[in-house]
Amino acid sequence: MNKPNLAVNIGGVDMQNPVTTASGTFGFGPEYSRYIDINELGAVVVKGTTLHPREGNATPRIVETPSGILNSIGLQNPGVDYVIEHYVPYFKTLRVPVIVNISGDTVEDYAKVAEKLDAAGGIAGLEVNISCPNVKKGGMAFGSDPAMAAEVTAAVKSAAKLPVVVKLSPNVTDITAVAEAVAEAGADGLSLINTLLGMAIDINSRRPILGSVMGGLSGPAVKPVAVRAVWQVYKAVQLPIIGMGGISTAEDALEFILAGASAVAVGTANFVNPRATMDIIAGIERYLIDNGVKDVNELVGAAHGN
Amino acid sequence: MSQLLKAKVTTHRQISSGYYLLEFSGAELAETARPGQFVHVKCSRTTDPLLRRPVSIHDVNKDRGTVRLLYRVAGRGTELLSVKEPGERLDVMGPLGNGFQLPDPGEKVAVVAGGIGVAPLFFLLRQVAAAGNDVKVFVGARSCRDLLAVDDIKGLGVEIQLATDDGSAGHRGPVTELLARGLKNIDRIYTCGPAAMMKAVAGLAREYNIPTQVSLEERMGCGVGACLACTCKIKTPGGSSYKRVCADGPVFNAQEVAWE
Ligand SMILES: Cc1cc2nc3c(=O)[nH]c(=O)nc-3n(C[C@H](O)[C@H](O)[C@H](O)COP(=O)(O)OP(=O)(O)OC[C@H]3O[C@@H](n4cnc5c(N)ncnc54)[C@H](O)[C@@H]3O)c2cc1C
Ligand SMILES: Cc1cc2nc3c(=O)[nH]c(=O)nc-3n(C[C@H](O)[C@H](O)[C@H](O)COP(=O)(O)O)c2cc1C
Ligand code: FES
Repeated sequence: MNKPNLAVNIGGVDMQNPVTTASGTFGFGPEYSRYIDINELGAVVVKGTTLHPREGNATPRIVETPSGILNSIGLQNPGVDYVIEHYVPYFKTLRVPVIVNISGDTVEDYAKVAEKLDAAGGIAGLEVNISCPNVKKGGMAFGSDPAMAAEVTAAVKSAAKLPVVVKLSPNVTDITAVAEAVAEAGADGLSLINTLLGMAIDINSRRPILGSVMGGLSGPAVKPVAVRAVWQVYKAVQLPIIGMGGISTAEDALEFILAGASAVAVGTANFVNPRATMDIIAGIERYLIDNGVKDVNELVGAAHGN
Repeated sequence: MSQLLKAKVTTHRQISSGYYLLEFSGAELAETARPGQFVHVKCSRTTDPLLRRPVSIHDVNKDRGTVRLLYRVAGRGTELLSVKEPGERLDVMGPLGNGFQLPDPGEKVAVVAGGIGVAPLFFLLRQVAAAGNDVKVFVGARSCRDLLAVDDIKGLGVEIQLATDDGSAGHRGPVTELLARGLKNIDRIYTCGPAAMMKAVAGLAREYNIPTQVSLEERMGCGVGACLACTCKIKTPGGSSYKRVCADGPVFNAQEVAWE
């Protein structure tokens, strides 16, 4: 059989294969370039970027839980101007699309960051984080209210010509309500899921372990929740989905694709296996060949049976 | 250049209750590693515990192409590591981190280790001794059972002084008491150990105005600078900022650390 087609399109971002990186787990790209060829990825999604630099939360910022981790990084980042000055030149040397994850305290912040990145060039798309559980203002607050989520989406859309993917939070009663609202507001794609709000307590000191008390759960432990969210959102809206949450292997990735994701992002698994993305791309290709599937897009949402 | 490898364990033994010395083969790692760098080790075969564990490079043998780790069983990860048999494969990433800046020729050096903090310092000591610098070593621990690598250090022909909390070996009391008496003519200090000890060393160093490098510890995720989990507070002209222990450290200038 000829090589199957792995290329997908996420709301205008052309990816040579469906595998990208989850924001915040891959730095700005160069950190992992000693272990993989970044140009083999479908796309690179980089660390959450805000209008002004952010210091982030107190340590400890990470704690292990069964088959997962809780993190409370707190969106530490050098600010959009620094990113444009120091990383955009690097992005321009890459042959794969770079998607910048953006965040803000206010709707205006999101719009300003989007406008600056749009003008900088070298960027293929924006991923709007309305789902970070680790910041006090903004973040998840935008993602849990459909009207606010729509407002942020519309503001980013009008500030930037770039494709806009909105990243949804699982910490809501009905994820489809938020998905529908941002679709209506003009989003070009959806990313899901961000981390699940959680916490852990040290029974010896009798205090919360994380410096900022609560954190976001990621890793294999969240996978069933994420697959469920992708399944529901795929049914509810027509937008392409980047699925993520606990993906460590090609089998995990295929589960998300069958649930309705056109692409997948690998997060926490990079920490364990810095070559996870490469192994997953190879594994998806092998699965397609073994099962006589000519195009990965044929599998998107196939578990729904239509 | 950091690598990802499935390295063969060559020897592995308990050297004192709860402390292990593990050697694996990795020619390129042995060739390129610098003192103070570490490797990120996958201890579990399953997803629980999920993350790798950072362990300092205790020593390398370039001729044999081997790397040594000296570690303490602290929890589930290191417990799983401790049962690896010679011949088994170990999933390691490294060398990682910045490492120590070596002394200038002729500088008189003090090396201060607390407990398992001796792990990264032995590799440094071997290079500093080989370079012909005058070295004084101060090793402190809870008791004589926690004094590690003492014979190996003596084998380098350097002066060593011991301290234990319970007085079971050497001076009874904190190792910094020995250091305070031995600081005369010292040009440079290297230290690794419990945070309280390093803070005390940094205090003495400031008093005597001696450049000091500390190797810090923080919980890690990626180990390569990508996740910002492992940060420590570093003083800057304008206040302070968070630096990554894995990528900007683990070695920092003691006077730049914003000690808690
Ligand atoms: C750069 C670096 C180099 C290191 N080099 C060595 C070495 O050469 N030899 C060695 O023995 N150890 C070294 N360590 C420490 C070693 O990484 C930890 O002991 C190990 O990760 C513990 O894993 P575990 O699964 O056995 O214990 P866990 O079950 O993860 O933890 C055991 C206990 O320690 C606590 N804990 C875990 N990590 C930390 C932390 N970073 N700070 C504070 N509390 C923590 C946990 O909450 C728990 O109570 C190094 C650490 C760093 C950052
Ligand atoms: C250390 C860490 C930092 C993260 N930072 C961000 C971020 O800046 N912006 C964002 O949208 N998501 C962030 N996330 C969430 C991930 O992008 C991803 O949605 C989540 O971790 C689930 O995927 P995983 O289980 O594969 O890690 C972060 C996750 C981790 C573990
Ligand atoms: S452990 Fe990820 S940045 Fe240091």
